[in-house]
Amino acid sequence: MTTVVERSPNVGAITPRPGSISRSFDAWRRRLLIGTVVAYIALLILAPIAALLSGAFAQGIGAIITALSDPSAFAAFRLTLYIAFITVAIHGLFGTALAWVLVRYRFRGHWLFNGLIDLPFAVSPVVVGYMLLLLFGRTGLLAPILNVLQIKVAFAVPGMILATVFVTLPFMVRELMPVLEAFGVEQEQAAATLGASGWQTFWMVTFPALRWGFIYGVILTFARALGEFGAVLVVGGGVQGRTETATLFIFRALDERQYVGAYSAALLLGLISLVLVVGTELLRRKEK
Amino acid sequence: MTATTPPLTTQDTPRRTPWGRWGVQSAALTYLTVLLLIPLVVIFQDGLKGGLAGLWHAISLPIAWSAFRLTLWTAAVMAAINAVMGTLTAYVLVRYRFPGKSLLNAIVDLPLAIPTLVTGVMLVVLYGPQTIIGGWFQNQLNWRIIFAPPGIILALLFVNFPFVVRAVQPVLQDLDAESEEAAATLGASSATIFWRVTLPALWLPIASGGLLSFARAIGEFGAIVIVSGNIPLRTQTAAIYVLGQVESSNRQGASAMSIVMLSLAFGLVLFVDWLRKRGRKDNAT
Repeated sequence: MTTVVERSPNVGAITPRPGSISRSFDAWRRRLLIGTVVAYIALLILAPIAALLSGAFAQGIGAIITALSDPSAFAAFRLTLYIAFITVAIHGLFGTALAWVLVRYRFRGHWLFNGLIDLPFAVSPVVVGYMLLLLFGRTGLLAPILNVLQIKVAFAVPGMILATVFVTLPFMVRELMPVLEAFGVEQEQAAATLGASGWQTFWMVTFPALRWGFIYGVILTFARALGEFGAVLVVGGGVQGRTETATLFIFRALDERQYVGAYSAALLLGLISLVLVVGTELLRRKEK
Repeated sequence: MTATTPPLTTQDTPRRTPWGRWGVQSAALTYLTVLLLIPLVVIFQDGLKGGLAGLWHAISLPIAWSAFRLTLWTAAVMAAINAVMGTLTAYVLVRYRFPGKSLLNAIVDLPLAIPTLVTGVMLVVLYGPQTIIGGWFQNQLNWRIIFAPPGIILALLFVNFPFVVRAVQPVLQDLDAESEEAAATLGASSATIFWRVTLPALWLPIASGGLLSFARAIGEFGAIVIVSGNIPLRTQTAAIYVLGQVESSNRQGASAMSIVMLSLAFGLVLFVDWLRKRGRKDNAT
C-alpha cells in the first residue's frame, strides 16, 4: 500500500533493537490493523449507505422524482421543515439564555439544572412522546385546561414541536457553554464599567464572540430536528396529511410496501442532514 | 464610541437592581423546568402509583421482561464490540499515516449525521430477506439478520460508532509517546507496549465511550423499529414495547418500562460524566 517511510509516529520505528524480523512484523501489524479498521467501517457504515443509494436508484431517477413529488411526500417534508424552523427559533432564544445563565451564575440547584441538560440524550424518543401524552393527551394532566381553552396539543403539530424541542435541547446549550466559558467575563465587565447596559453588553460584546458557536448550534439542532422520529410518532400519531413528517412518511411508505417512495424520501432526508452536518464540520475546520 | 466615553460616575456603576438579569435567569430556568422537569415528574408519579411493587409487577410480566432483557443483552454485545473496534479505529487514526486517513476520520462522524430511521431503512435494504446478502445468509447458513437480534446489534453498532472512537482519540493523542518509547528502549515488544503501557492509560475513555453507547442503546428506537420486526417475546425491544403499550392504552406497562429505561440510561450518562471529571482531576494532579 505505502512505503515504510511514511510510518512516522510509530513507536516501533524508534526501537533500537536490530531485529529485521520485528520490523517486518511491525509493518505487517500496521497493514493488518489499518485493513481491519477500513473493512469494519466499509461493512458497517458504507455498505448500508451504498445499498440505500442503489435501492433508491433501482428504477431510475425518474421514479425518485415521481415518488418525491407525490403530494403526501411533499406535505410531509414541508411539515418537517416547519417544525425544524420553529424548534431552531425556540432554542436560539431560550437555549442561548440557558447556556448563559448556567455558565455565568452559580445558584442553588445549579447542578440539577446542568445535569438535566443531558437528559434528552438519555431518554428514548418514544418515552419523550409518551411523557408529553401524559401531560397533554386525552386523559392527560392538563386535559381539562386544554379543553376549556380549545387548544389541541397531542395528535397535533404543537405537541410535535414540543417533542422535537425536548429531544434537541442539548445541542444549542452544549455548543454554547464551552464557548462562553472560554470567552470569560473580563470583556463583559469592561463593558459594564464603561456604562453599557446588560442588553448592550450582550449584543455588542458577548454575542459576537458566540457567533460561530451559535451558528453551529443552529445547524446541528436543525439537522437533528429533521430526523426526529420516535417522539413525533408517539405524540403526533402520524395522520397522513396532518401530522405526518418526513420520517413518518418513510415509515408508512415502508409499511405499505411503496419501496421506491420510502427509499427516495430516506435518501433525501439523509442527504439534507448529511450536507448540514458535514458543512458544519468544514466550517469549523476552516475557522480553526 | 469608546473615544467619547464619559468618566465613571457613581450613578452608572453596575450596582442598580439587575432586573434584566433576573428576568433572563428565571425565564431560562422556567423553560428548562417546564420542558424537562415537569414531564419527568409526571411520568415518575404515574409509574410509581402502585409503589415499587407495582412497578416490579409491570416489568416482570413475560413480554415486558423479555423486551427489557433483549434490550440489555443486545446493547451489551454492541458496547463490547464498539469498545474493541472503536479503540482500534482510534489507534489507527492516531498512530498511523496512510492515504485516505482524513476521509476515514470524517466517516467516523457520519452515523451522527444520518437520521436513525434512515439507518434502519439502509440496513433492511442491505440485509433484508429479499436482498442478495440477506437471502444468502438465510439460505446457506439459515441465519436471519433482519427481524432478528443480529439486525438490532448491527443497527446499534452503526448508530453508536462515533462514541468510543471520539472518546479514545484525544486521549491517545495526548498520551506521552515517551513512556511508550521508554518501554521500547527497555526491550519491550510492540505487543507488550500496547498491553502494558498504552491500554492501561486508555481504560477511562474506553469505559466512558462504551458506557455512553450502552446508555444510548437502551432507548434507541428509529434504527431498530424497522430492523427488529417487532415480534413480542423474540425481537421486541424495550422502546418498541413502550410504543405498543401506549398504543393499546396500557398506562401502567408503558410508565413502568419508561421509568426503568430512563433511570438506567440517565444514571449511566451521569456516571460517565463523573468518570470524565475524575479523569480530568487525576490528570491535573
